[in-house]
This record gives sequence, structure tokens and C-alpha cells, in this order.
Amino acid sequence: MTHAGGYIADARIRAAEWLPWVFAALCYFAAPSYLTLGSYILTMIIFALSLDLILGYGGIITLGHSAYFGTGAYVAGILALRLTGEPLLGLLAGTLGAGLLGLFTGLVILRTRGLALLMLTLAITSLCYEVANRATRLTGGADGLGGFSIRPILGLFSFDMFGKTAYLYCLVILFASWWLVRRLVYSPFGASLTGVRENNVRMHAIGAPVYQRRVVAYTISAALAGLAGALLTQTTQFVGLNVLGFELSGELIVMLVLGGVGRIYGAFVGPLVYLVAQDYLAKRFPEYWYFGIGAMLVLVVMFARGGILGIIDAGIARLRRGS
Amino acid sequence: MQDFLSSLVMVAFHGLAYGMILYLISVGLSVTMGLMGFVNLAHGVFAMAGGYMMLSAMSRLDVPFPLAIVIAFCAVALASMVLERFLYSRLYSAGELEQVLFTIGLIFMSVAVARLVYGPLPQPVHIPGYLKGQLHFLGRDFPTYRVFLIVFSVSLVALLWFGVERTRWGAMVRATVDYRAMAQSVGINTSRLFTLTFALGSGLAALGGALGAEIIAVEPTYPFEHLVFFLIVVAVGGLGSLRGPFVAALLIGVADTACKYWIPEFGAFFIYIATIAVLLLRPEGLFGKAT
Amino acid sequence: MGLKLSTIIAAVALAAASGWAAAQTVKIGIITTYSGPTAGQGDQLDKGFKLYLKLNGNKLPPGVKVEPIFRDDTGANPDAAKRIAQELIVRDKVQFLTGVVWTPNAAAIAPLTAEAKVPFVIANAAGWNIPRMSKYVARVSHTLPQSAYPLGKWAAKKFKRVYTVVSDFAPGQEAEDAFIKGFKESGGEIVGSARVPLATTDFIPYMQRVKDAKPDAIFAFNPGGKQATAQMKAYADLGLKKAGIKYIGTGDITADEELQNMGDAALGVITVHHYSAAGDRPANKAFVAAYKKEYGEKMNPGYMAAVAWDAMDLIFHCIREEKGKMDPDKTMEIIRNYKNPDSPRGPIQIDPETRDIVQNEYLREVRKVDGKLANVELEVIETQYKDPWKEFNKPK
Repeated sequence: MTHAGGYIADARIRAAEWLPWVFAALCYFAAPSYLTLGSYILTMIIFALSLDLILGYGGIITLGHSAYFGTGAYVAGILALRLTGEPLLGLLAGTLGAGLLGLFTGLVILRTRGLALLMLTLAITSLCYEVANRATRLTGGADGLGGFSIRPILGLFSFDMFGKTAYLYCLVILFASWWLVRRLVYSPFGASLTGVRENNVRMHAIGAPVYQRRVVAYTISAALAGLAGALLTQTTQFVGLNVLGFELSGELIVMLVLGGVGRIYGAFVGPLVYLVAQDYLAKRFPEYWYFGIGAMLVLVVMFARGGILGIIDAGIARLRRGS
Repeated sequence: MQDFLSSLVMVAFHGLAYGMILYLISVGLSVTMGLMGFVNLAHGVFAMAGGYMMLSAMSRLDVPFPLAIVIAFCAVALASMVLERFLYSRLYSAGELEQVLFTIGLIFMSVAVARLVYGPLPQPVHIPGYLKGQLHFLGRDFPTYRVFLIVFSVSLVALLWFGVERTRWGAMVRATVDYRAMAQSVGINTSRLFTLTFALGSGLAALGGALGAEIIAVEPTYPFEHLVFFLIVVAVGGLGSLRGPFVAALLIGVADTACKYWIPEFGAFFIYIATIAVLLLRPEGLFGKAT
Repeated sequence: MGLKLSTIIAAVALAAASGWAAAQTVKIGIITTYSGPTAGQGDQLDKGFKLYLKLNGNKLPPGVKVEPIFRDDTGANPDAAKRIAQELIVRDKVQFLTGVVWTPNAAAIAPLTAEAKVPFVIANAAGWNIPRMSKYVARVSHTLPQSAYPLGKWAAKKFKRVYTVVSDFAPGQEAEDAFIKGFKESGGEIVGSARVPLATTDFIPYMQRVKDAKPDAIFAFNPGGKQATAQMKAYADLGLKKAGIKYIGTGDITADEELQNMGDAALGVITVHHYSAAGDRPANKAFVAAYKKEYGEKMNPGYMAAVAWDAMDLIFHCIREEKGKMDPDKTMEIIRNYKNPDSPRGPIQIDPETRDIVQNEYLREVRKVDGKLANVELEVIETQYKDPWKEFNKPK
């Protein structure tokens, strides 16, 4: 696996890094009827970014990241139903709630590695799922949590049927998340995290606080996942149990690896391609779209390690050599 | 007291039947992951395929039940050999992430294919007349099919353990699990060993899927729905061991049944809490080798 | 990246343009479950809709066309369902929404239909209060109290002690509540109740507990499909039938498409429901024959397929009345006054006040007819029956 970026690399924003934002803005005007799908994609990009931080940079493989996404979603939903529909407050609460859960679970499970860690994350998300399923008074159980409304953002922009506000809202939050993750990755903290991924023993040997670094990264990542969850709650104004399902975690890994791990923009490309393909296939072949997605994954692994961005890298390298 | 004792017997009995099915399906996964270090999330596909093979052999070709089981085992073992040679073997050296992605892709594809061929409904199971009804002993009724299930699986497990502990092939497998490079250097053809072991593991999963079709319904989403349980059996039991998953599967089978019986409201919690507890105390699993 | 960007924008523009082109086409957004563990239920709706469209799709005023758009909600997945509904409304500009297997999904979609003024004809989701969430919602399927409450009253005449086992989500709880209310009001005693998680596949432990409690009968509700089969099997495997414990429930537990898979365990099961493939009304015989002709001699339409057929009939009725120029408020007016004396399930109508279905409820028993299991209708237990729960829970 090749990983672009890092502490040593030039941290200034390159011109190409503005491309996604231009593209997202263009989509707003060019595809007004696709904004609902667009908001969902933007939300999943934030979620994928949060995973990239621990998986791509920290080397932690998890099948349970939906635990934090779901926590954020439920905290935001319950807050809106019980106390206030103020959106920014909801985002804050969702982020904090998921961050706290991330801190506590991280402290416990990050002493393990490999399969044990994978299974622990899986068990934690399954447990959260069961808790949400049982606590019907609070969460609505299998029927889902609805019937709340979200107030206009800053008292100015109310959520509309066509998803215009939701799209721009998601875009702004994604921009902030991207900025934060980018800062983190290019900081000394990001460098030591990458060090842990590359050679854990050596990092121990030079006296780096490995466990502590992993817990901090895990907590930040969980908080970011919670932010994405809260965002989903506010834009769809409904929370279903599936936000805590391990299927969502699996789908998330698939999206990230499809885009490319450990390079920030993989988290942009992966969800975009995966969700657009799913949308297209599910409409054309509602019964058999799974096959297309599956085949895409197998082909990527067989012929395009490093995901879609990996292919593009290879293509650019070949062009340079050719010229 | 009498009532409590008799419900204890029933819980143990049903838990045992469920646990044996879990073991048959998961043991292959444990060996694949231990021996080849391959994270094969698609293992449940083989169990599902076994179930479909047996059921369609019986309903469409009128094959008798015992023969249908043999067909399921052989067909799935052969097919998995082909898969191993052409697809899996290319990924042994790849990272865990690629393996996860690849096997999730396989699951997606198999779900769609199963749906195309068999439709979305679970397959009807017609067990032969001589296995229907109840057996009466110790003052209780026991469903005949589940008694057969337990007896058959226990003999199979005994055979498997004998094979691994006492035969030359078993010795080679154990040597390779312990120290692959060393095994290679003393002349063991590890790549052929992988293929054979993989086929055996898949065949056993097929048997589990076929025999367990009564307990775990055979339908297109099978490999997804039960994946968590297979993985828990393997992780709690410990990689690459035969005893570990056995103990884990029985523990899970019995505990799950007991929770559903006595505290149905909280039945689902137990397994996850137990898994977390075991893995925190022994990250390598109950019988795994510490690394 | 540049190439991909331009192709996506072009595709998007093309899709948007084609949406505006045809004016006399009525678009119907159909949301059902095609993938995931519950695809079997979605398949029933799909078959009912497609059969109606194939046989009656041309019975329209001249120049009017119907364009159905089928979408997959992947199961009880409310936020996906809501997103799909929003896309159907905003992007495809549908004039009707229909389908929806799951109550949580319908509950998530309902508020949207009020905002967008799109009539939403529910073809399964049975949670009793959904039509109250938006005045653009109408339902042609059923509510659980509609069958469970009369069954409870009937059961009290036959049994003293009953154990209830239901799936743990809103419709299951409603079935349990309604049955217990009817049963207790008529003097019965409930000896125990279990709510089983939706994902359960092995019912043996629950059934063992029922057996140990020694009731006269067990009342069951599962959302159709494999769970009903698994629970029925556990009932037979453990010898509850031999021990003389009767099995009763709402018609969901012996859905016709699944019945043959249950084997002889199902013989003698008593249910109350609005539709049986074995019903001997001429309209039903014609429907079943058409279904078998289309999907194979072995296939039986279940209640969901029959309801999907009725839902499409209701939508076509509206299109004919308005000659293809759809106005949502006028459509709802027509829906509120809809009556069909000749549906496969007998006479049905929409209650103008609640926009919910009014239909006959039949008492049925599973028997063998020509060597095949069938839900044989014994009597009409309630005639032109409204949802009793809305009577007990009047809006404040």
C-alpha cells in the first residue's frame, strides 16, 4: 500500500485539493434533483474520513465504527425530540456523545490488536444495536425515532423538501471536518500515528506513547463519526436502528478501501463512486444490484490494489514516464 | 425443582444441537485463518451453498437424504478448491484489508446469484420420515432430528480430531500452522496442503449448512446474517485450533439457548458481553497460541 | 477525474431533461423490499403490482400512460426509505407513492407526503396510526387489531389459558395488545407473553418455555415469511401439537405463499385475516388463476400480493376519474370515497374519516385441499370491519 502525504510532505494545500469543492459546488447547480443523494454522500464522506484517520493512518481495522455513527445519530435525534431542535447544538451533542463512547471503549479495547480488536469492535457495535433495540422508550426500538423537527440553521436557513439547505449544510460541515483531519494528519501527532502503523515495535523502542496516541486518534475518529451520524439524523429527520448495524460498518470499509486508504481523498472518491453506482444499479436492477457491487469489489482487489486513487496514481506515473 | 431440572436438560440438549452446527460451520474458518492467515469473511457462502445443494438435490432430483448430504459435501469441497486455486491463493500475500474487501465482494455476488437461482424465500426443508417425530427417554420428548444431528456431528468431530492428531496429513497441517517457513523448508508442499485443507474446511461448512438447514434457514442473505456468530466462535475459540472453536461453539450454543429460555428480553446481550469479556482477558482466544 | 466529472454532469442533465418531457404520463413510485433478509415479503408486493400492470395496465383514458418506478428499500430501513421517497418526489416527480412492506419505513415517509402533497397508498405496513400522520396517506392493507381483536374475542369462547408469542416491533406489540384486550374482555386468562427479536431464526427455546407453561393455546404473530415457518416448525418439533396446545394467530403466520413450506405442522392452525388464496369468491378465483398463469402453477398469491393488486386498482381508479390530470387533493377526495365490491378479498372500501381500509375479516383453518395446504375460510367473523384501535384511541 502506498500512502501519500504525511508530516514530511509539504503541508500547503495543493491546487488539485480544491477540485472536490469545485465539483461539489458544480453539482449543486447542475443536479438540483440529486441533492438528497448528494447530502447522503457528503455525510458518508465525513464518516469515511473518520475511519481513514484510524484505519489509514493508525492501522486499526474495525468492523464496528457504526457504533459511534449510530450514537451520534441517536443523541442528536433524542435531543431534538426531547429538548431542542437547534441543529448546531445537535451536532455538538452527537459529536461529544460519540467521542465519549469512543474514549471509554478505546481505553479498553486498544490494548489488543488484529483479530481480537476486530472482534471487539464488532461485539461493541452489536451490543449498542441491542441496547438501542431494547431501550424503546428512548430510541423507538425497531420502529425508529421520528416525529421531531429541526429548527432553521442559525435561525436563518430552514430545511426544505428539495434538500438544498441540507446539501449546503453537509458541505460546510464536511469542509470543516476535512480541514481538521488534514491538520491532524500533517501534524507531529499524525506523523507518530503513521509511525505506529508502520512499525509498532520501533515506536515503542523510541519511547513514543503508543497506546495513548492510539486512544486519542480513536476518540477523535469516533467523535467525527458521531458528527456524521448527527448530520444524517438532521438531514433525514429520522433515526433507524440500522445506523448501528455492523452492515453499515462493513459498507464503510468497502467505500474507503475502494477509494484508497490513508490518503484523505480516498474517503472522498470511495463513497461517491460506491453510492452513485449503488443508486444507478439499484434503480436498474432492484433485485440484483448486489452482484454489480460485489463484482466491482473483487475486480478492485484483483487488479487495482490501492483503490481508485491507486489506479489514478499509477496512470499518472505511467504518463510521466511516457513523456 | 423437578421442573427446573427438566428445563435444564432441554436447554442443554437444544444448546448442544445448535452449538454442533455452529462448530461444523466455523471450524473450517478457524483453520483457514490460522493456517493461511486469510480473513475469509465469505466462509458462510460455503455453508449456504451446502444447504442449497442438499435441499435442491432432494426436492428436484429426488435424491435420498444421506446421499444428498454426501453430494453437498463433495460439490462444495470441489468448488472451493477451484476458488482457492484461482482466486484466494493470489491474495495470501495481500493485506488483511484487501482480503476483507475481496471476501465481502464474494458475499455480495453469491447473495445475488442465490437470489437469482432460488428466489428470495427461504428453502423448505423436508427431512425424511424416519427422522421426524420425537424420541422418548428420561421422561422427556426429544426431537429425533436433533438427536441425529448431535450424534452425527459428534462422530464427525471425533473423526476430524483423529485425522489431525494421528495421521501424516494432520502432522503436516500442525507443523505448518506452527511454523510455516520451517515446514516448507523440510519439504512440505504447503500450497497443496492449503488447497486440501481449504477444501476440507469448506466441505465441513457445507455439511453444517445442510444439516443445520432446520435450525438456520437457508436463504440468499445467509452469509451476511450469520457471519457475526461464525466470527465470534473463531475469535473466542482461538485461531488455528480444533478444540478452541469446539468449546466456544458449545458455550455459545448452550448460553444462547439458556438466555432465550430464561431471560428472553435480554437474550441477545449475553453473547456480545461474553465475547468482549473473553477477548479482553485472552485476546488470542480460549485456546489460541499467545503471540 | 476530469472525464468522470463531465460524464456525470451530462448524465445528470439528461436525466433531469427526460423528467420534464412527458406531460400526460402518470408516474407511480413503488417502494418495496428487493434485497436483504426480508426480500420475500417485498417480492409478494412486486408480483401483485406487476400482475395488475400487465393485465390492466392499458385500461386508461386515451393519451394517458402510466410509468411505474420500482425502488428497493433493503428492508426495515427507515432512512433509506425516506431518502428514496424524497428522490421519487423531487427527482422523478411521481404523482403517487405506494408499496412499503415495513411500518417504520411508512412512518418515515408519511410526513414527507404531507409536505409534498403526494398521495401515498400503503400496500402493507400495518402500524395502526400511520394514516394519522398525514392526510395524504391512505391504506388498503390492514391493521393488526383488525384481525387480532376479533380473534381474541373468539378465542375466549374456546380456550381458558393462552400464551402469546409475537415479534418485537410495533405491529407485533399491537397484535399482542389487541389480542389480549379482546381475550380478557371476554374472560380469558393470559399465562405468559414473549416478544421475540425480529432477527430470531431458532424459536425452540421460546416454544419450550410455552410448552412448560401448559396453556390451552398459543397466540402468534410474525411478519410473514421464514420466521412464521421457523416458529411453526419449533411448535411441531417440540410436540406442542401432540400435547394438545392449539396454534392461533393473525393470518400473517400462515401467509399463502409460505404455507406449503410449513408442512403438516400447520394443519389445524386457526387464524383471522382478510385474504386467503383458497377463498371461493369468483373475483378471487380469477385472481389466483391469473397469478398461477403468470408465476407458475405451484405459486400461491399471499395476502400482500392481493393487497398490492387492490392498491394498484385504487390508483388506476383515480387516474381514470381525473383523466390523467392529477391533482393531489382531488385524488385524496376520490380515494376517500373508493369502494370496490369485487376485490379478491371480497367487498372493500376506504373509510372517509380515517383513510384506512374497511373489509371483511374471515375465520380460517389450515386444511388439506386436493393434497395441498390451504387457509379454508370457515366464516366471516366481522363484516365490513373498521380498525377497532382507532375507535379505542380517538384523536384528542
